[in-house]
Amino acid sequence: MATKAYLVLDDGRVFEGKSWGTTGKTFGEAVFATGMTGYQETLTDPSYHKQVVAMTAPHIGNTGVNFEDNESHKIWVAGFAVRNPSTLTSNWRSSGSLEDELVSQGIVCIQGIDTRALTRHLRDRGAMRVGIFSDMNMTREEMVIEVRKSPSMAGAHLVGDVSTAKTYIVPAIGEKHFRVAAIDLGIKHSTPRLLSERGVEVHVMPFDTTFAQIQELAPDGVFLSNGPGDPATMNEVVDLVRSLLTAEIPIFGICFGHQILGRALGFSTYKLQFGHRGINQPVLDKTTGKVEITAHNHGFALQAPTDDTFTTVYGPGEVSHISLNDGVVEGIRMLEIPAFSVQYHPEAAAGPHDAAYLFDRFTEMMSTKRVDA
Amino acid sequence: MPLDTSIKSVLVIGSGPIVIGQACEFDYSGTQACRVLRAEGIRVVLVNSNPATIMTDPEFADATYIEPITPEYLEKIIETERPDAVLATLGGQTALNAAMALYERGTLQKFGVRLIGADVDAIQRGENRELFRDIVEKVGGESAQSIICRTLEDCMTAAELLNYPVVVRPSFTMGGLGSGIAFDSLQLEQIAGAGLRHSPTSEVLLEESILGWKEFELEVMRDQSDNVVIVCGIENVDPMGVHTGDSITVAPAMTLTDVEYQRLRDLSLKIIREVGVDTGGCNIQFAVNPETGRIIVIEMNPRVSRSSALASKATGFPIAKIATKLAIGYTLNEIQNDITKVTPASFEPTLDYVVVKVPRFAFEKFADADPRLTTTMKSVGEAMAIGRSFSEALQKALRSLERKEAPFTWPIDQPESVKLALLASMQIPTEYRLKEVQQALWLGATIEEVYSATRIDRWYLNQICEINAHAVEIAAPGELTEDLLKSAKQMGFSDIQIASLRGVSEEDIRRQRHHLNIRPVYKTVDTCAAEFEAFTPYHYSSYEEETEVRQRSKPAVIILGSGPNRIGQGIEFDYSCVHASFELHDRNYETIMVNCNPETVSTDYDTSDRLYFEPLTLEDVLEVVYAEMQAGPVMGVITQLGGQTPLGLAAALKAAGVTILGTSPEAINLAEERGAFGLVLKEQGLVAPSFGMASSHQEALEIAQRIGYPVLVRPSFVLGGRGMEIVYDDASLGGFITRATDITPDHPVLVDRFLDSAIEIDVDALFDGHELFLGGVMEHIEEAGIHSGDSACVIPSMTLTPEQHVDIREATEKIARGVGVSGLINIQFAMADRVLYVLEANPRASRTVPFVSKATGVPLAKAAARIAIGSTIAELREEGLLPAQGDGKAKGVSVKEAVLPWNRFRRTDGRGVDAVLGPEMRSTGEVMGIAQTFGESYSKSQIAAFGPLPKSGQVFISLAGKDKASGVDPARALSEMGFGLIATAGTAAYLAEHGIKATTVRKNSEGPGLFGERTAVDLIASGSIDLVINTPVGRGTRQDGWLIRTAAVQRSIPCITTTAGFNAAVAGIASLQRGEFSVRPLQDWLADA
Repeated sequence: MATKAYLVLDDGRVFEGKSWGTTGKTFGEAVFATGMTGYQETLTDPSYHKQVVAMTAPHIGNTGVNFEDNESHKIWVAGFAVRNPSTLTSNWRSSGSLEDELVSQGIVCIQGIDTRALTRHLRDRGAMRVGIFSDMNMTREEMVIEVRKSPSMAGAHLVGDVSTAKTYIVPAIGEKHFRVAAIDLGIKHSTPRLLSERGVEVHVMPFDTTFAQIQELAPDGVFLSNGPGDPATMNEVVDLVRSLLTAEIPIFGICFGHQILGRALGFSTYKLQFGHRGINQPVLDKTTGKVEITAHNHGFALQAPTDDTFTTVYGPGEVSHISLNDGVVEGIRMLEIPAFSVQYHPEAAAGPHDAAYLFDRFTEMMSTKRVDA
Repeated sequence: MPLDTSIKSVLVIGSGPIVIGQACEFDYSGTQACRVLRAEGIRVVLVNSNPATIMTDPEFADATYIEPITPEYLEKIIETERPDAVLATLGGQTALNAAMALYERGTLQKFGVRLIGADVDAIQRGENRELFRDIVEKVGGESAQSIICRTLEDCMTAAELLNYPVVVRPSFTMGGLGSGIAFDSLQLEQIAGAGLRHSPTSEVLLEESILGWKEFELEVMRDQSDNVVIVCGIENVDPMGVHTGDSITVAPAMTLTDVEYQRLRDLSLKIIREVGVDTGGCNIQFAVNPETGRIIVIEMNPRVSRSSALASKATGFPIAKIATKLAIGYTLNEIQNDITKVTPASFEPTLDYVVVKVPRFAFEKFADADPRLTTTMKSVGEAMAIGRSFSEALQKALRSLERKEAPFTWPIDQPESVKLALLASMQIPTEYRLKEVQQALWLGATIEEVYSATRIDRWYLNQICEINAHAVEIAAPGELTEDLLKSAKQMGFSDIQIASLRGVSEEDIRRQRHHLNIRPVYKTVDTCAAEFEAFTPYHYSSYEEETEVRQRSKPAVIILGSGPNRIGQGIEFDYSCVHASFELHDRNYETIMVNCNPETVSTDYDTSDRLYFEPLTLEDVLEVVYAEMQAGPVMGVITQLGGQTPLGLAAALKAAGVTILGTSPEAINLAEERGAFGLVLKEQGLVAPSFGMASSHQEALEIAQRIGYPVLVRPSFVLGGRGMEIVYDDASLGGFITRATDITPDHPVLVDRFLDSAIEIDVDALFDGHELFLGGVMEHIEEAGIHSGDSACVIPSMTLTPEQHVDIREATEKIARGVGVSGLINIQFAMADRVLYVLEANPRASRTVPFVSKATGVPLAKAAARIAIGSTIAELREEGLLPAQGDGKAKGVSVKEAVLPWNRFRRTDGRGVDAVLGPEMRSTGEVMGIAQTFGESYSKSQIAAFGPLPKSGQVFISLAGKDKASGVDPARALSEMGFGLIATAGTAAYLAEHGIKATTVRKNSEGPGLFGERTAVDLIASGSIDLVINTPVGRGTRQDGWLIRTAAVQRSIPCITTTAGFNAAVAGIASLQRGEFSVRPLQDWLADA
């Protein structure tokens, strides 16, 4: 039987619901995700590490969980808030119920809250610290105080928690054309898979890999993955990327990796009011004028000039993609050296596959580079 | 890319009359198209034969042609108007087929007009099944195994290869017309035979059965820069086998993982690109095997569809409006999202609520029709509901249907046998299958048992189990706690349902609920799950924490819509509601619409200042009123425009303290309650046909004998003549009462003297307490006894004398005054032997208001809304909303003709249902013909409704005894006009006596003759007859007449069942023979003095 549970925000607003998943308490940054499908991918996306995710879609868990759709080896969210969890799983691929999975991984969740009101609150006041409390004998004031004691996302260095400890290899499917070093800042399973489908042998390497180690591998290109935390804390990886840029090794970054490439080029990052977390986000490819519907999951963004090309110590570059919703920088590329990145998720798990062409762009870049050499 | 400035004028093709499979969703889409085009400064030329539409209001186009949507008329309009482009993707299959016909006859090429939206090649690729299959294969999708057939023999061979059951789908038809599932060769012959006839290209597709698979639909949009978005995914609760229009559907899809959904999305993108729909919307249907996930692409519509309207209402993404902008050159990212104001239309809406659509059927109108649901659409309307959970949305949707059988119930003490019977009957999908499912689960059937009987996804079955489990808790003895009551409301239980579970009254529950302050909040449909602020107040109720209703300072007027379309209450009432909203908005009131019909213009968030997508029940309306009273001043509620649905709520709303604007509930009762109305007539010195009110069988017989047969019998308080019948003797009266009524003192039955051969007259008028404005006097073409909704009528009247007109005006004023009308009143009169009888009065907007408004140019519904808020007719005359003096005056001659859905229904034996008119309304829609002469306007109305009348050929005539005399003149005229007459023996002999030569033909009951002479039915079925005149004897289908009429319907041969209609047809044919063929825009007609 579900007991009373509370979702308590930093600013003192409390939502009352019922417990779900594991009872207890948990803390993190409150964010909302607007995808109507893909909760399993969301839960297992390392970028959600230390975040309490509220799903705007009201029914969650309908299709249970399955073996194929995990984006990593575990659930990363710090907590999960939903309106109506499903009590029955219905899908031919399902291997179990979502609630069982949440319980077995010890995820504290809350159900039955007005998730739309929560979303509007976060939209208007910004992402903030949050706690979920169930089966606790605490007053509201005590809960708010505990939330305010929890760490904030700004300045959080979380990559160490999610990155692989040692390098592993995802072999190319079919004939091997390229070798890529993928720096794991919180990589999702889909990314190496999509690369391997394009004849890429992917070496997934820890976040603290050195330039020498990469040189030793002699990859055709380097991939910078997505990941959690504040990009401002990532000085070591930024330095690594600068070495890669100097060496003109082809670079493709996504999400967190995009922010790091941006920082390596000399731009700063800033925290968005409530971030982009959804799978319906329109992005304009400034080169082609085409719009792609993309999957987003970012709370930070890059500060870069969008109206013209920019110059960096590595040569000229430009903002290649922008969000049509709010004008946020969604992609950059260098014009004379092989490096580009996007803020969104071309691997799109969950999400639409409109941006999968970027992986082709990366392989083309690697082959051009090779031809040049 | 911005606006294509080479397009200076566009011809928009509408969808014609409301028929099953094509309803007012195309008024919604067409109205949006017209608005968009005009806002861009483009000249809009519009063609639509349906006068009940908003789009045909003169202010929505520069030139509005209320003309038949046929290639001939369209060509003439193109020749006159010389538009740059034709937009045919927003008028349903009718418009698309018309555009293809224009292409095929070379009209487009001849006048240098291009198709925008989808070009000819794209339409062909999307609609031609062979081409489409190739495309599906090319993009890596799978189609069901299938074979194209052009003859019945082909079909038989193909079925052997595919194995029964096989699905039959004719090409180029709408709403699945002519399609079905055949389990054996006999059924195949029936279904494929009809399908071959209905398909304009005479081809059908036979397909492997994917019965029971999950069914999904994606709404896709593409712009000329090749940007593609999915607006909405819709899942059918009813698996494959039931037409999607007849299925309960849900948005978003509930039972797909992201991986599976993205597969459908990827396929949709590839298909729309390959088909080449350059700009605009289309929908693509998929079947998914529930065990393996195998995906079959079923079909696509390269145009805006019924599902697009649903998707637009479900998401807040206005597909038709955007499609129009794309068609004139814009790209998705250049178009702003109306709701957020800051984000572009190049995105995919995300929902933080659940939408459920449920179909509304009318099988009770077609007693002999097969009630099984198949791949041919049979529903006449739909209701949609929005909730924060599936169960909430579902239960709201079910009560939105206004069917007492539809909402879930929890009967006690049912034996095991009931459960078993339900498990058996639910195997065959029918109107109430979901109710059967709920009842079976309630009685202990397991999810697996119900799943194997229905293949409804277990997730939905579990949701219903949860509702049932909640019912147990509610019904349990003890206190109804705050938590329990709140969670019941969150699951969508109505106060009535909770009350019946608790054994108390609805008012008791409501009082307790309000005492505990458990009231709904109103959330917003905003396309983006609250990611961005919404500026469009499009609301739905939910029992949660936070309401989004904004405070306002302007006084509000709440307008209640008419709910799901049904026979007798359709688009005409939506028209009046929308007019009221426009007018009151212009007068600086905040207009608030409440309705639950996703097809309508009234539920476009652009129509009113605020939209509440809510069921039209007392509870739901009271809560909206309460919420709005918290938000600012509320003047009151208008109930007289949406038909019987809101009218039926007026008294209870008033009793709950709500101000009813316009005609008071007491006045409504005075007109509807026969005893009271009789007194009004008596006081005013008016006569009605003798009648009586019977509360028992015996009493009914006594009344009938006193007033004399024939009598018209019906239950009181009905709309659309439901359950009405003309009976000629005691035996049939007894039969009717047993069959069609639950007669009790609370449910009395009306017995009226039926006036044989009277002329029936319909009047729409406005009254403000002092002055009467007579909007129009319509004369029915069929004599009294045919329901006014099914009868053709003409304005101005053709046979009434000026003195009779004066009498009618006086009688109308007396009734309006006597009843106490404030606003619109519709009165039906009958003129028999120079006596004016009052048949009935309805103190509300009628079905004919839009027709009269179009014919006279006077906006009656707007005026009614003004009177409701206190304006006088004198004031409205002064400001020009009504003519400065005098009554409504028809410009030209306008004929309204009803459109009947005979070809949609079959009996369980597979034969057609009887196509005979009667006192029970059966038409789904109407058309208007306008011209200088009666003959031409009648002929236009027939062309628009059924197809052209013949100019020459063979006419089959079979007249009932009572009609023989009046049939002589028109028969003679036809003969003189060169037609060959063929008649049954009795009719032929009668005609011969009057010097008219007719060939005698054998009745079907006589069988073929000795030398193989064919029967009338054979002749009709073989296509040798061009016009059928067959008047039936009383009610009760005599086998011969029925076979003749159904054969005519199946062959699409004009079939006329009254002598008055016969006379009108002769006038129409004469007009055709004279070569009268004019088109003229409504704006020109209305400019005539």
